Amino acid sequence: MTMAVKSSFKNMTLCLFSVCLVSSALLAAVYAVTKEPIEVANQAKTNNAIAQVVPEFEGDPVPGTIEVGGKEYSYYAVSKAGQPVGYAITSSSTGYGGALVLMVGMTADRVVYNTTVLSQSETPGLGAKCVEPDFADQFKSFNPAEKKLSVKKDGGDIDAITASTITSRAYAKAVETAIAVYDAITAAGTADVESVSGATPESVSGQPVEDENQEIK
Amino acid sequence: MEYILIIISAIFVNNILLSQFMGICPFLGVSNKLSTAVGMSGAVCFVITLATLVTYLFQYYVLVPLHIEFMQTIAFILIIAALVQMVEIVLKKVSPTLYQALGIFLPLITTNCAVLGVALMVVTNEFSYGGEPHMLNLVESIVFAFATSLGFGLAMILFAGLREQIALNKVPKPFQGIPIALVTASILAMAFMGFSGLV
Amino acid sequence: MGKIQLITKGFVKENPTFSLLLGMCPTLATTTSAINGMSMGLATVFVLVLSNMAISATAPYIPDKVRIPAYIVIIAAFVTILQLVMQAFTPDIYETLGLFIPLIVVNCIVLGRAEAFANKNSVVDSACDGIGIGIGFTFALTLLGLVREILGSGSAFGYKFITGDGILVFVLAPGAFMALAYLIVLFKKVTAKKGE
Repeated sequence: MTMAVKSSFKNMTLCLFSVCLVSSALLAAVYAVTKEPIEVANQAKTNNAIAQVVPEFEGDPVPGTIEVGGKEYSYYAVSKAGQPVGYAITSSSTGYGGALVLMVGMTADRVVYNTTVLSQSETPGLGAKCVEPDFADQFKSFNPAEKKLSVKKDGGDIDAITASTITSRAYAKAVETAIAVYDAITAAGTADVESVSGATPESVSGQPVEDENQEIK
Repeated sequence: MEYILIIISAIFVNNILLSQFMGICPFLGVSNKLSTAVGMSGAVCFVITLATLVTYLFQYYVLVPLHIEFMQTIAFILIIAALVQMVEIVLKKVSPTLYQALGIFLPLITTNCAVLGVALMVVTNEFSYGGEPHMLNLVESIVFAFATSLGFGLAMILFAGLREQIALNKVPKPFQGIPIALVTASILAMAFMGFSGLV
Repeated sequence: MGKIQLITKGFVKENPTFSLLLGMCPTLATTTSAINGMSMGLATVFVLVLSNMAISATAPYIPDKVRIPAYIVIIAAFVTILQLVMQAFTPDIYETLGLFIPLIVVNCIVLGRAEAFANKNSVVDSACDGIGIGIGFTFALTLLGLVREILGSGSAFGYKFITGDGILVFVLAPGAFMALAYLIVLFKKVTAKKGE
């Protein structure tokens, strides 16, 4: 087949215009069709993460946001039989390869129920192991009142991933942030959970700054 | 401070060629000679920075307000293609010497995935430099784009220098051409791995 | 050329990765495991076949001077459709491949086939060509992913057969370049013997 159409300004413009128009129309149609499935897929992913990190609950998780130390955090409150059973808190920190985003589940008695990684860009085979149970299960039923939330190298109770101290520290820091967010939620009285001692507002806002220095080291 | 971190991270730690694998075609294609590598790097530097500026503005002042973010890919590639054409025309008129140096590389740049890659990266990814992860603002995006293209240039020029040296040596027959270049790139990537964890 | 030949030539003779050395960016970036490589390959097949068909059908009506921008728009449209569909139905794979899905737009294989084949052949032939080249690409990516996964993490298609770690560097950037170099050498050796 040879090029049947000669190039003139008029037909060039017309051709590009119609190609763009048809493409856009096609895209808009596909967008309209896939919009709902995409939302469903995203929602399913969030729900999955929530179900993983908090104890059994009834009804839909209630989303909310709260500002701690100048940054807004989003969380989901879950309840069973009218009683709040916990919060799933999204928190993040800087790992080795970039942002490390976690969802941390807290029970109503200020214990970490479980954690899950929402997104990470750590080194495969090294820091990326933070998603594996060998490391992540250390945070299961972690009670910050009994154990120290930092890696053993820094005098804490967390076994770091071999050769990935920075990732392990980042993970611990994200959990720590989530606990601070939890304290802020309970302190703000958005729920009927009694706030636990040792969660003064100073320690809440002071933590991120303190840890930043550690990260750069 | 943050700008310094962005620059170091984009040039050394997350080098666009050696750790992100974007723009590999020119990396392998025009790195035989040091002079062409320099020309290509210059042209890429220019286009990446300019394209990121335009696509960033387009994203936040056209696509987002109109809620048509799904048109992102199509819009960005058209902007880049148009921009490359315009740069070519302007360069021809304004600076014939520069045009002679960079001109032949310009048409190749439209399909250089580093350009579209950086443009997409600054509007879709969150970055964290020491502090909390966040989306880049306009100035940070430009700094990021420029530093990334400097990283492109650095890797490109180092690589071309190495290839010029290798060309003088005896290479086993099956390895001649691209394979030995890939082995060289592998060793260069290992060297750049030493920078990781710096930021 | 018969339809079968159109499909099989992309496997060895015109293998886009090992013999034509096209589309290197996704080849190196997404082959950290066999599954990832295969997903990327199949995503490219989708765009390649549809864009080949669309370009073949519209080529006679597109003025010569604006054909490249027109092709790019057509390809970008199919890439966006792929993005939307993947986000809706395979969100996990979409997340793993990340930026390299939209970057299919600038994959030289797709535009290359449009220019070299689709704009002068029939729709059916172009579809066959797209399938052939696409499967060749998928094959190459899966193989490279498999090699890197076996050496780097001691598993194949996600099935782990050693305890502990592999040679980690193969999952990282330097290993990508190295593994590809040796696969190309091997491919050259094998095809050279066949040709004799």
